[in-house]
Amino acid sequence: MDLGNYASLAHFLPELLLSAGILLLVIVDLIVANKSHLGDLALIITAGTLLLIALTPVTANALLFHRMLVFDGFAMFFRALIALAALVAVWMSMGSEEVRTCDQGEYYAILLASTLAMFLMAESANLLMAYLALEFVSLTSYILTGFLRHNRRSLEAALKYLIYGGVASGTMIYGMSWIFGVSGSLDFTAINHALTSPGNLPVLAVFIALVLILAGMGYKVASVPFHMWAPDVYTGAPIPITTFLAIGSKAAGFALLTRFFFPAISSLTATGSWQVLKGVDWPQLLLVICIVTMTLGNLAALQQTNMKRLLAYSSIAQAGYALMGFVVLSNDGIRAMLFYLFAYYVMDAGAFLVVMIVANSTGREDIDAYRGLAWRGGIVPAIALSIFLLSLTGIPLTVGFIGKFYLFAAVIRGQFYVLAIVGVLNSVVSLYYYMRPIKTMFLDTPNGDEGRLAPDTWNYGLMGVLACATIVLGLYWSPIIAFANRSLNFFLGAA
Amino acid sequence: MNHALTLITFIPLAGMVIILSTPQAMKDVCKWIAAAATGLQVLIAIWLYRSFDTATTAIQFSEKHAWIPTYHISYFIGVDGISISMVLLTALICFISVFASFSINRAEKAYYALLLMLDTGMMGVFVALDFFLFYIFWEVMLLPMYFLIGIWGGPRREYAAIKFFLYTLLGSVLILLAMLGLYYYGAQSTFDMTVLASNASHYSSAFQKIVWLALFIGFAIKIPAFPFHTWLPDAHVEAPTAISVILAGVLLKMGTYGILRVNFAILPEATHQLAWLFLGVIGTINIVYGAMCAMAQTDFKKLIAYSSISHMGYVMLGCASFTAAGINGAVLQMFNHGTVTAMLFILVGVIYDRAHHREIAGFGGLAQQMPFYAGMTGLAFFAGMGLPGMSAFISEVLVLIGAWQTYPLMTALGAATAILTAGYLLWTYQRIYLGSFNEKYAGYADLSFREAFTLVPLAIIVLVLGVYPQAVLGLLNTSLVHLNQIVLSTPGPVVALLH
Repeated sequence: MDLGNYASLAHFLPELLLSAGILLLVIVDLIVANKSHLGDLALIITAGTLLLIALTPVTANALLFHRMLVFDGFAMFFRALIALAALVAVWMSMGSEEVRTCDQGEYYAILLASTLAMFLMAESANLLMAYLALEFVSLTSYILTGFLRHNRRSLEAALKYLIYGGVASGTMIYGMSWIFGVSGSLDFTAINHALTSPGNLPVLAVFIALVLILAGMGYKVASVPFHMWAPDVYTGAPIPITTFLAIGSKAAGFALLTRFFFPAISSLTATGSWQVLKGVDWPQLLLVICIVTMTLGNLAALQQTNMKRLLAYSSIAQAGYALMGFVVLSNDGIRAMLFYLFAYYVMDAGAFLVVMIVANSTGREDIDAYRGLAWRGGIVPAIALSIFLLSLTGIPLTVGFIGKFYLFAAVIRGQFYVLAIVGVLNSVVSLYYYMRPIKTMFLDTPNGDEGRLAPDTWNYGLMGVLACATIVLGLYWSPIIAFANRSLNFFLGAA
Repeated sequence: MNHALTLITFIPLAGMVIILSTPQAMKDVCKWIAAAATGLQVLIAIWLYRSFDTATTAIQFSEKHAWIPTYHISYFIGVDGISISMVLLTALICFISVFASFSINRAEKAYYALLLMLDTGMMGVFVALDFFLFYIFWEVMLLPMYFLIGIWGGPRREYAAIKFFLYTLLGSVLILLAMLGLYYYGAQSTFDMTVLASNASHYSSAFQKIVWLALFIGFAIKIPAFPFHTWLPDAHVEAPTAISVILAGVLLKMGTYGILRVNFAILPEATHQLAWLFLGVIGTINIVYGAMCAMAQTDFKKLIAYSSISHMGYVMLGCASFTAAGINGAVLQMFNHGTVTAMLFILVGVIYDRAHHREIAGFGGLAQQMPFYAGMTGLAFFAGMGLPGMSAFISEVLVLIGAWQTYPLMTALGAATAILTAGYLLWTYQRIYLGSFNEKYAGYADLSFREAFTLVPLAIIVLVLGVYPQAVLGLLNTSLVHLNQIVLSTPGPVVALLH
């Protein structure tokens, strides 16, 4: 169903609410003198958006705005995930000491604008739209990263992000022009049609185009070799923004990557596996990227002494794990990847939240600040952080284990045995650095100069919810896998 | 008692919740809550022992509920002859180790909570019959072990704890992959171990061998089989007494139990073809190498740790023999080693609590000062040597009789090692308890009532099973002979080396 501009609006309500909310924030910011309640407003807008998404039934798939965006199960999944990420980011921002010093109106307005951009990225059905959405996400992310204007690290991070981003998106749009040259269109459906119809397509040209496009998308998910920005940006940005980049921006990247590489340039067979068109061998390339990404992320994380940096490398490795679901070319794999992204959202948000709680109290982000945390009033955050880190490792009774279980199940079923071995060895390596903060918190005795943690209800509340979710979803995950299953629904429409 | 196994598995977890919810001021109650929880477990174990039907190979006391139906994962537990003795052993050792923990005086609440969590994990491994559930229990146990060694351990506790964790995780991820392979390439997609076992012939023999090896490495790390044994001495030396007791008493058995439950039952053909090398030869290396290492030790606890490696070798050799005597002897040896080593580690703990060191050369003539203690040690040492009249004699002889028919050369090596074992144990006894009395140790009290309470029940079991092994053998025989028949009915190894 192709919808025109006006008819599309009915499927576009969450985005409309979000846009109205952004304008409202800007206006209220101009009028009200006391800025301290702008966070509440942003929280209400985000929660409202989430509610609207939850209430939207996926009845009919549709292409919106003259085939620019698509409304289907897959888009719904990422809408929900990104809205949840935004909710956590806003909640954390309200409890963050760093953000308190910033200009509240601009901060929340840009944060929500970034959320809107991620929605668009997940819904793009046209390469041009995808490029615009990706740039929209990038621009808002640069500003958010550099929001601590008096902090050198924050500014440096923003500048690095900007330079890398510029190169990556430039490379990507160049790749898109090759695709346009080969297929005569930027529309996903038309590209697919050009690839499936008989006739000689220059395979090499398509392959080169895909490599170039991968630069832009790989940059968003922080996969090797486009990962270099991540450690610096994650370390420099305010913690709520780091969290938002790690879970939201990465999810949006995966959405675009999946939508472009599967429905657009591959075709689904009756058995639920995907077939590469015209023999363009991109899965081999992604297999290498996947293996290198998780291995490099894990090995680099072994050396880190700053928690944000450690989690930055860990998130690179986690993107590598999620890519395992990508390279096996099956619906099983995509489902596992969707589940894993959800699991990753819960546990990584939790881990960053605890880092923020400690930073709020002590102003420090290095692992030494965690020395004996469990024995100096921080037993609750210490246990919570342990749960999140063990979940990131993939120890059972956590949602992270179930995520890895599905990924490895898809990999074994697809007979990618080498990938399976590399994947599990990576899990073992990662245990070493994930256990280090746990060791520091429980096994080391405090020096006495670290100070005690002051409990605050706001952050502890969210931490409790995320920790419980990590455990409960590790025991009973049927609803999430059912949701991921329903979301395995790509809509292309007629060519 | 339709839910006896659920109860015996999750009572400790309930105890853990109660302990965590007691206020800090009442922390002295924690050990009694732990004692009550494990005591209840022992009562249920006694009930299980009395109601167990020894004539059948069927799964008994089973419970099955769907858990994640889309992936055919169920909560399926039950026991048969392979696991019942291990369930009894776990209940007994955990109960004893709670009392062996009473000298812990730092963060008791967390200690007993973790101990009970460990208990649930171990019990769960022995009762689980769904592979997924088995794996969950198998992994869940690692975490409490890490903290128990890491927080309450000796000077190099952090190193030992992470080494233990890394090694075992490496093993378990291989088990995870093997499990997924069995799930996807079997006759039907299932994690139900009984169904997997009945469809065993469906897997191609190359596939069987690859999966067998992955599983073997996973389980061998736990046993620990040479060359994966290096974590064990470190873990034992650093762990507090009660944790060493559990580690040697129950945890190591999970490795050999896994081999019987999974490798033997689900992959009989690969077992029949590979066991001579991986269980037979490596088992013999374990026996000889463990004993030689034990002989070279100067640390009392490390010596016992290496003797564990040596004794677990008999279990592997017995399993590989494919004779009724050998396999029965192997499982009986698992039980006996559990009780004997538990005694030995408690005895090391007794002297360490008093002297705060474990250097064998630093002691001497302790028998004068602590006669009851020296007597108990003598009993445990004789049991460790496999002297007639002690439980370990029966099991080691059964293993050797069984293995002799299949591997005469390896059996001869294994039997000859008994001399080394006697050598290092008697030499140690002589250096610590006999000879001239070191005046430094005057004033040391003999065994306290609590210490005696942890040792005497084990000593009674060691003696009773020495004269009446049927009490445990009767439980095992039917299931193990059946399992052995299944393996023997498959094509044997091509290589007839050492036969």
